Amino acid sequence: MSTPSALKWFGSREGIYYLILALLLVVVLPMALDPFRLNLVGKYLTYAFVAIGLVMCWGKAGILSLGQGIFFGLGGYCMAMFLKLEASTPEATAIQSTPGIPDFMDWNQLTELPWFWVPFNSFAFALFAVIAVPVLLAFIIGFAMFTRRVGGVYFAIITQAVAAILTILIIGQQGYTGGVNGITDLRTLLGWDIRTDNAKMILYFVCVGLLFLCLFAAKAVQSSKLGRILVAMNAQETRVRFSGYDVAAFKIFVFCLAAAFAGIGGAMFTLIVGFMSPSFVGIVASIEMVIFCALGGRLSILGAVYGALLVNAAKSGFSESFPELWLFAMGALFIGVVMAFPNGLAGLYKDYVMPLEERLFRRTPKAQAAPAVAPDAPAQPAPAPKKPEPVADSAKADYDPMLDHYSPEKS
Amino acid sequence: MFDGYTTSELMSIFAMQGFAGLSLFSVFVLMALGLAIIFGQMGVINMAHGEFMILGAYTTYITSSLFQSYLPGWFGGYFFVAMILAFLICAALGMLIEWLMIRHLYHRPLDTLLATWGLSLIMQQAYRSIFGAREVGVELPEWMMGAIQVTDLVELPINGLLVMIIALSIAVALYFLMYRSGYGKKVRAVVQNRPMAEAVGINSSAIDRMTFALGCGIAGVAGSAFTMIGSTGPSSGQAYIVDTFLVVVFGGAQSLIGTIVSAFSISQAQSTMEFFLSGSMAKVLTLLVVVGILMLRPEGLMALKVRR
Repeated sequence: MSTPSALKWFGSREGIYYLILALLLVVVLPMALDPFRLNLVGKYLTYAFVAIGLVMCWGKAGILSLGQGIFFGLGGYCMAMFLKLEASTPEATAIQSTPGIPDFMDWNQLTELPWFWVPFNSFAFALFAVIAVPVLLAFIIGFAMFTRRVGGVYFAIITQAVAAILTILIIGQQGYTGGVNGITDLRTLLGWDIRTDNAKMILYFVCVGLLFLCLFAAKAVQSSKLGRILVAMNAQETRVRFSGYDVAAFKIFVFCLAAAFAGIGGAMFTLIVGFMSPSFVGIVASIEMVIFCALGGRLSILGAVYGALLVNAAKSGFSESFPELWLFAMGALFIGVVMAFPNGLAGLYKDYVMPLEERLFRRTPKAQAAPAVAPDAPAQPAPAPKKPEPVADSAKADYDPMLDHYSPEKS
Repeated sequence: MFDGYTTSELMSIFAMQGFAGLSLFSVFVLMALGLAIIFGQMGVINMAHGEFMILGAYTTYITSSLFQSYLPGWFGGYFFVAMILAFLICAALGMLIEWLMIRHLYHRPLDTLLATWGLSLIMQQAYRSIFGAREVGVELPEWMMGAIQVTDLVELPINGLLVMIIALSIAVALYFLMYRSGYGKKVRAVVQNRPMAEAVGINSSAIDRMTFALGCGIAGVAGSAFTMIGSTGPSSGQAYIVDTFLVVVFGGAQSLIGTIVSAFSISQAQSTMEFFLSGSMAKVLTLLVVVGILMLRPEGLMALKVRR
């Protein structure tokens, strides 16, 4: 084959899925929507970061975290703290009793900047913190839990408790965090006004770019040996442990990875929406994030993006016109996804649309084209399966139903 | 945090806050017992537990208004009727839910969590549509008002005392049901070894349904009892669910005694710290300590000793 492998990948079925998503996000949506709606889509995309992390963590490795909102919130708060400090110049806050500190601190009788706010004067530090703070917390939680083999339900409940702790802390410490209102009235990023339509457009594209970086990072992890160990661990943890792998280390890694994605998402959320508040951090928000991932398909990172987009779009649409119906719909979604289609949209696609496509286009990659399914051999009585899967393939199909069927690397 | 208090002052503060914490204790025990049998015995995480509790509370509310308009002479005793009704209604609904939903999800505990969360959203919205978003309270009969003076500092309100008595009697009744009755024996057999239990003729799916219904019924009684000490709104169930799960996990999921002990220690810690710190900081500290201890002892305080 003379084509470089990267180009070949873009021509493969999986590459086409990525291209379709890219086209949708970069071309179709910006052309079809007005700036306000596009900004909303940008907001939904920030949740997609969390959903991708959850696919890695819950779908692949079987660790359900009900506290992804914490990491989303920490990333968001780190960014918001930098923006707030930039917005609170001594001139802009001249009417306060202590000029130069954020307004909510002044309302809460603080006279100087708390120590942990000081480093956020630097943009570089803020960018570093957006990823480092969530990852650090995830490492602490993960290290404490996984090395003691706490998993499954217990892990879920404890992450939920951590989410509760953090929310209470943020709401209670009004002087340091802005309390229930959160950090509001953010204006500029390094002197660039983020409230204009033009800036929102640019932020949208930055968000899409980062999303694809995360998608590729997640893809790299899941197609590496590490990704396979994660899947093996989900199925038979003890066997992986007895094979000599340090199960806890892998779990900590994937949990930290998910936290990093969520942190990036949170920071973009702050930039796109223009404020950060505890209502995006708590237990309810965290559980909703799980449904984004579950609806898209807990095994598919692309599905997670569509899940986040669809659930949030439906939420906005429903709650604008019928606010009571939304909670019913959301509840039904939770039950439906779990009971009727546990692999979400990606699973439905794989079960219903892909066979149809197969029949219409007969897209059989050269290396897999077995003579049994050649269209010009109808007389052959041999079984003509719809999907000619080599043995190695069907074994792999368990771990990624949607994407890995046609990935070129194993052909 | 103890600066500026003498030892005797500290002692009386602890005593006072300890009595205050007892009502929180009964709230925890009532909610956690129902959860503990569902989670500990069946491995199902019921996120809609709070909503079953609210259902019991609304049942009590309706019963009290019915008594007020049709049987004013019997008003003093409505509460006991309401409690039985709440148990029956919640248990029946629990059975239905188990049949429709939960029985398909055994062995997938994380999925029961999501599905029951969906159920809780639907139930919450249903309450909001039927009863309105405002909180409702019931009128207490005369004999429940007032308080008993214990010492100069400590007085116990009768309604709080009654909730405590209900909590403890349910705990005792549950103990006898689980450890001294044929049904309890079957439940424990199914928990420990399902295929073997089936092989000796225990109908394990019937046991599952009964246990789920029992847990929901206890939630209903809990809701009924709560109406005596506070008002009820569509979303008040959700406020307790995380605390309650923590109580159950902290106590050791399969141990009823552990649940009671952990409810007691968590409520006392929180109530005592509330005196010295703000309410939210007390809660943060309590939860942090609980999470910290759980990291050291993942199986909870009183776990069954099993080889893993």
